[in-house]
Amino acid sequence: MTAPDRDSPPEETGGEAADWGALSALPGNPLMWILILSELAVFGAFLIGFTGARIADPGGFADSQALLSRVDGGLNTLVLITSGWMAALAGRASHDGRQRACRGWLLAALALGAVFLAVKAVEYSGKAALGIGLETNTFFTLYYLITGFHALHVVLGMVILGIGIWRPARDTVETGTAFWHMVDLIWVLVYPVIYLVR
Amino acid sequence: MSYQSQRVALYYFAGALTLFLVQVAVGVLAGTVYVMPNILSDLLPFNIIRMIHTNALIVWLLMGFMGATYYLLPEETETELHSPRLAIAQFWIFFIAALVTVLGYVLRIHEGREFLEQPLLIKVGIVIVALMFLYNCTMTLLKGRKTAVANVLMLGLWFVAIFFLFAFYNPGNLSLDKMYWWWVVHLWVEGVWELIMAAILAYLMIKLTGVDREVVEKWLYVIVGLSLFTGILGTGHHYYWIGTPGYWRWIGSVFSTLEVIPFFAMVIFTFYMIWKGGRKHPNKAALLWSLGTAVIAFLGAGVWGFLHTLAPVNYYTHGTQVTAAHGHLAFYGAYVMLNVAMMTYALPHLLRRDVYNQALNMWGFWITTAGMCFMTFTLTFAGVVQTHLQRVMGMNYMEVQDQISLFFWYRLGSGVAVLIGVILIVYSLAVPGSRLAKIANGETRPAE
Repeated sequence: MTAPDRDSPPEETGGEAADWGALSALPGNPLMWILILSELAVFGAFLIGFTGARIADPGGFADSQALLSRVDGGLNTLVLITSGWMAALAGRASHDGRQRACRGWLLAALALGAVFLAVKAVEYSGKAALGIGLETNTFFTLYYLITGFHALHVVLGMVILGIGIWRPARDTVETGTAFWHMVDLIWVLVYPVIYLVR
Repeated sequence: MSYQSQRVALYYFAGALTLFLVQVAVGVLAGTVYVMPNILSDLLPFNIIRMIHTNALIVWLLMGFMGATYYLLPEETETELHSPRLAIAQFWIFFIAALVTVLGYVLRIHEGREFLEQPLLIKVGIVIVALMFLYNCTMTLLKGRKTAVANVLMLGLWFVAIFFLFAFYNPGNLSLDKMYWWWVVHLWVEGVWELIMAAILAYLMIKLTGVDREVVEKWLYVIVGLSLFTGILGTGHHYYWIGTPGYWRWIGSVFSTLEVIPFFAMVIFTFYMIWKGGRKHPNKAALLWSLGTAVIAFLGAGVWGFLHTLAPVNYYTHGTQVTAAHGHLAFYGAYVMLNVAMMTYALPHLLRRDVYNQALNMWGFWITTAGMCFMTFTLTFAGVVQTHLQRVMGMNYMEVQDQISLFFWYRLGSGVAVLIGVILIVYSLAVPGSRLAKIANGETRPAE
């Protein structure tokens, strides 16, 4: 005799399957919220590292920070926040079953994501023209890593919004816009810490 | 056990346990050389002993994973294995190749690249064995039910094979050599092996606790997602000051710090499932090993890894006994204990017995685990003293070795304890208890 085992699990009893604990109450796919929390942890750790390095070398960081364009950063903040607002409108349209409007707003949000990347490209090429690169000093290593990782998330976010345009199911739109708002949120934290705080 | 072809797992478990004994016995020998440096120095020098210790470990863990896969895949997919004969042939090729490799090491035939010392021919053999294995399992999965456990497990196993291919690429430039070397070593143990670990642990939780599969699967997805999210870029923590660009110090520090999270999630997962299941499974030893693997993996891989993963810390501790402490507890907690958990669960089914030798098995658990923890503590203390004397005070390497010799004696002692524990474990798994064996033969059976 073998031990009494559950060799074939009984059919799902319902309820239980949808139970993601605290994550169940959030819109979109719960796994997206795990990703969002992980992303916040990563960028949070980078910003803490940045702050620590700044405390160790306030003079060097101030000199390097002076080379950044606060206007470009500010412009991008406006672009991304506006894009986030459009994504929110897409979410509302999807909720109301207005699929055309939802697609339109997602497309607009995606287009502003491209504008963000264009501004970023101008910024990076300006730095490159000054001969500033990833290895110039600790400030610029972190500047490129943090803003670069963030820009990669903008690209990924655009792909995810694109999926929402292609298949505008409510769950997909909610999941995609949740990611997009996270990209937004991270920028709103990154901009003051790297560009503004003196 | 519901499918005949699951029995091929017996070959793999037997082979794995044999190599487990060899690995630990050779480990004790290595520990002896630390305190008596000239012992065997001509016959079997330390580098060869270490090679056998580490290679036997990796091979038996892989053999155990293969056995676990052959055992659980038919149940998960609800179909017999594609080809049990191919699985048995694959076992013998693998096992004999492992023995030939060890013999070759003794005769000083090896390529010298740490952990990847196998001669080219053996590496090709490993790829052939992997292909036989993946073909057999993938065909089984394709024709059967596709569960999250089976899918994640197969994904992990495929990536194990794919990343091994970087073992064939050995650039002349030492920095590049190390860079790609980590693509095998790190992306195995801190990447895709974690997928295998999570999948097997999930399977054990489904079987042992009776918690619904869908609940377990949610945890599995989260753990696997977190492992890959942190583990892939966590490779950066091996790229400090080896000739790679400085930004790796930041990427490595941040992502590898977060590698603790999936291990912590596994601790919560196992304890929560067992609490939630509230079911008294007769195989208490398997439950103990399952909980043990989550806890010790969290300590050994997670906590001891974090201890020296930040670049400014690693600047001082790199390659000291702190690394040895971490390596020992991480491998034991994450992969040795997982394999023993699976064998403890599966062997009674494979041998068609009621659960047997539970007390002996659990004694093995506590002695081995205590031995490994003590070894980790002594190596950590040795590493801290070594770091200070050598890297901070600037004493030379061999003088420092004299200063920490007491710790090496403690380590040898704990190694002997581990060997005793492992003998108990292997005996308790391989030799069924006589009373229960009789019951299993159908002579008598107490009322339940």
